[in-house]
Amino acid sequence: MNQVVSTETMAWPRIRTAGYDGFLVSFADHLSEPANRAALAFRAAVERAGWSGVEETSTSLVSTYLRFDPNCQAHDQMQAAINALLATHDWFAADLPDGRKLWRVPTVFGTNLAPQLEEAAQAAGLTVDQAIASISQSQVRVQTIGFSPGMPYLGELPAEWDIPRQTTLTSKVSAAGLCVALRQLVLFPVATPTGWRQVGQTAFRLFRPDQDQPFVLRPGDEVLFEPTSPEKLEAMQKDANGGASCEVIS
Amino acid sequence: MSRTLIVHRAGPNLTIQDQGRPGNLAFGLSRGGAADQLAMAEGAALLGQDVTYSALEMAGMGGEFEATENMRFALTGARMPVSIDGVRIAWNASHLLEVGARLSIGAAEIGSYGYLHLGGGFQAPETLGAQSAHLAAGIGGVVPPGDQLSVGADGNGRQVGFKLAHDPRFSGGTVRLVPSLQTEFFDPKEIERFEATEFRRDTRGNRMGVRIVPEGPGFHTDTGLTVLSEVIVPGDVQITGDGTPFVLLSECQTTGGYPRIGSVLPADLPRVAQARAGDVIRFRFITLSEAVAVERNEAMRRKGLGGKVEPLVRNPHDVIDLLSYQLISGVTAGDDLERGAS
Repeated sequence: MNQVVSTETMAWPRIRTAGYDGFLVSFADHLSEPANRAALAFRAAVERAGWSGVEETSTSLVSTYLRFDPNCQAHDQMQAAINALLATHDWFAADLPDGRKLWRVPTVFGTNLAPQLEEAAQAAGLTVDQAIASISQSQVRVQTIGFSPGMPYLGELPAEWDIPRQTTLTSKVSAAGLCVALRQLVLFPVATPTGWRQVGQTAFRLFRPDQDQPFVLRPGDEVLFEPTSPEKLEAMQKDANGGASCEVIS
Repeated sequence: MSRTLIVHRAGPNLTIQDQGRPGNLAFGLSRGGAADQLAMAEGAALLGQDVTYSALEMAGMGGEFEATENMRFALTGARMPVSIDGVRIAWNASHLLEVGARLSIGAAEIGSYGYLHLGGGFQAPETLGAQSAHLAAGIGGVVPPGDQLSVGADGNGRQVGFKLAHDPRFSGGTVRLVPSLQTEFFDPKEIERFEATEFRRDTRGNRMGVRIVPEGPGFHTDTGLTVLSEVIVPGDVQITGDGTPFVLLSECQTTGGYPRIGSVLPADLPRVAQARAGDVIRFRFITLSEAVAVERNEAMRRKGLGGKVEPLVRNPHDVIDLLSYQLISGVTAGDDLERGAS
């Protein structure tokens, strides 16, 4: 437990315990498209396997998490089952999940709704117009849902967007605000303080606790943030999807 | 009139809580639920009902309540001064609230979260299979003064007047944790220092987590700064940028990029949640197999709490230290037997 492990020499995938009743299967220590796909595919396989004792599964950017009842399956039994399942496939070559959708989400870039566009563009070495074009033309994929309910991490943006998070937090980004850092976009379900810079504002409700399908996006879904005006966005606030539309892509 | 609890006065942080909503981690929703799950088990034992019934969680401060029908109720968690129509009654006990009587619950004397359980539980609307408010996610909200809370039918007997011994967990202490996914990123010397350090609970804390301030310097890991965001579970001890640990509770975020030095056992999380600003907390690592045994025993102990309830009124023959009780006025604080136990 007290060994400091050199991450360079570790083999992937790697299994670690998470808390007293969980395992985490990681496919990389940095974000990559194959590792993200591997995590999604392995989670789906664990769900299909239907092992007794498994109570919940999820994915993060490059890992599959599994929570189980250690009184039903001992840790070594569960780990053996995980290892056996891992050995059945090359998970890095796995396909993306079925039933994925492409969402087109109307977005106001900049203006007083998204005051950090200029600052973010500057950090990326772009003009404001180039920044809007770059983000709005990138068809980004939901890499994981996490942090708060329904919140997507989307990527990957072109390399110039590898900008750090701010060292000080923005005290409040409004709900449905679009923020950027580290070649990723995040869209906040609820107003939140954050170190990510806000470049856009949408009217897209990500978490709808009162509905049958409370969570709108799934990992693997793709999103285009299409420029619109503040006036049009205001009118779209009344729409159930905030003006967003979707089509099935796989 | 329907079976209702009228809230005449409310502390600022009253919420309906239950076991929460496990199973939504994949969608970014932490399980939430009562901050002190042991208190939920104690309330269920005192009322002889299932642990799944919802209760009113009172953070720091209670309120004043009235029932539209006679109702059984129980009080657990952080001890608060409590009275019915001005007469003090016992904490960690079950009582009857008669129609029209006023139940007054004050500020916590020790601990942070007190609970008011009703026979039949509350009947708040369910979202994703649970009644509990999840403030961080915007599910439900705090119970305001003037609210009328619908209460379920109490099908489980009419008996009240039971108590449970106080479980000492309201003023910090040592909590056990297991190594978790990022423990190995910390130098063994840092782990040793972590276990040897005395921490004090900070004023910053809520249902999402509590900040705990070390005596001496903070904790650091070189790899930690570049750790990729990973899954978070309640109990995780995250080391924030300035080296100060943050113990995550039931309403925590579901992923995070700060490294986690370990994960507190669910059995010991009530102790973290209940500690108040300034209370001392220490950490002790145990092995995974020890943790599994601890959790198994704790689950059995909680299931067996029903067998540990005792009548509030004791036969004078059983009271050895009779002379130490205030008998003349006829009314005591009602918690004489529990005082000193926590």
